[in-house]
Amino acid sequence: MRILIPTPLRPYAAKQDAVEVPAKTVGEALSGLTSQYSDLRRHLYTDDGKLRAFVNVYLNDEDIRYLQKENTPVRDGDTLSIVPSIAGGGCRCLGGCCCCPR
Amino acid sequence: MATVAENIQPATLSNEEVLRYSRHLIMPEVGMEGQLKLKAAKVLCIGAGGLGSPLALYLAAAGVGTLGIVDFDVVDFTNLQRQIIHSTDDVGRKKLESAEESIKGINPLVDVRKFETKLTSDNALALFRDFDVVVDGTDNFPTRYLVNDACVLAGKPNVYGSIFRFEGQASVLATKDGPCYRCWYPEPPPPGLVPSCAEGGVLGILPGLVGVIQATEAIKLILGKGEPLIGRVLLVDALGMKFRELRLRKNPDCPVCGKHPTITQLIDYQEFCGIRGEEAPATTKVPEIQAEELKQRLDAGDDIFILDVREPHEYQICNLNGYLIPLGDLPKRVNELDSSRDIVAHCRSGVRSAKAVDFLRQAGFRKVKNLVGGVLAWSDRIDPKMPKY
Ligand SMILES: [Zn+2]
Repeated sequence: MRILIPTPLRPYAAKQDAVEVPAKTVGEALSGLTSQYSDLRRHLYTDDGKLRAFVNVYLNDEDIRYLQKENTPVRDGDTLSIVPSIAGGGCRCLGGCCCCPR
Repeated sequence: MATVAENIQPATLSNEEVLRYSRHLIMPEVGMEGQLKLKAAKVLCIGAGGLGSPLALYLAAAGVGTLGIVDFDVVDFTNLQRQIIHSTDDVGRKKLESAEESIKGINPLVDVRKFETKLTSDNALALFRDFDVVVDGTDNFPTRYLVNDACVLAGKPNVYGSIFRFEGQASVLATKDGPCYRCWYPEPPPPGLVPSCAEGGVLGILPGLVGVIQATEAIKLILGKGEPLIGRVLLVDALGMKFRELRLRKNPDCPVCGKHPTITQLIDYQEFCGIRGEEAPATTKVPEIQAEELKQRLDAGDDIFILDVREPHEYQICNLNGYLIPLGDLPKRVNELDSSRDIVAHCRSGVRSAKAVDFLRQAGFRKVKNLVGGVLAWSDRIDPKMPKY
């Protein structure tokens, strides 16, 4: 299946906007993705292995929280979208980077 | 949204207004009834920046009677690439003054209400109370959550828009039965997990695209016409020029708009957004060197290795002839550096290079210092010909 990578996470996925992985469930797709691009893991999961609260995952247009979460079955033509929250402006750092001297 | 449209009391239009709004009046979806609703409507724009610029201009042109703007910022040169409500001559002026002038230029009939303040938990509810629709054009997480919660508590729809580089999101949140921002994202990202400024920036036209979508939604709410973006998120990818739509559901367990809310008054949003961070914004104390001292030592012919940890596209803007290893590549390229030499690391303002110095010291480098203030300080104090960005 196809996983769409959002702009803020592309630096951790070899700058690609989409990645193709074989998977039967949403969870398999995401672990396939993070095993290919290990830097993505800490952006998607907490240390205890839960999907982060500011990262939403959609199977086609539906939020997986309202399906069977990571156990949701997927088919070949499905698209998985990772949609992190974005605050806007140019930077998301809350004043922690050199764009945002606060 | 019927509730917004119903609350708005019609007035009358002068002949001048009939002429000005004639292209609205001859369409049945607006007509006299709709134009009177627009005239009676009060819209509050949070921020007169990238998103606020196009949306305030279009709302003014469309005949929204009262436009409130909350902003305490001053126009600078880096704003002009996207904040089209401000002109080059406005650099240094208050954004509120500049925005009001542009709005009045387009439509002098608009009542502009200026709030020169930071939106806070103390003033948000009182501010929102006097308006029918709130349009969120802010650029940071604490204010996003504040606007959301205040909209839920005050019962005002939140016309949401957000941008990052060349991607945008838009939705209509916090309507009576619709989802809110917390239904969508219960928590903000911790500060340590967001992209550095090396991945920042925003395509100048993108806030135009997204801000005009927000203006469209605000006008639809006022008119009570069409299908508002309630329960839906529109994703805009300007690079691929793709528009996608995702479903957004109201979370019955939402802490602010759910069945049993735990947030019943405004909270400390800085704390809410910052305290959960796995790492605080970098304030690592590392050995430092001032721009003047570096200049002196270079002029004296000292052997100093200058390490530039910015991105290649930043190096092209200006550089100190340093050796370029972007911060993110440093761990795997550290073997290119000679730990016996004096190294001065720098970036744009000194934040990334402080991280680089910290990393190098942990890797055993003892003669490495951070250039305080980066190329910005160098431009300010040593070489004014060096461009700042
Ligand atoms: Zn909610």
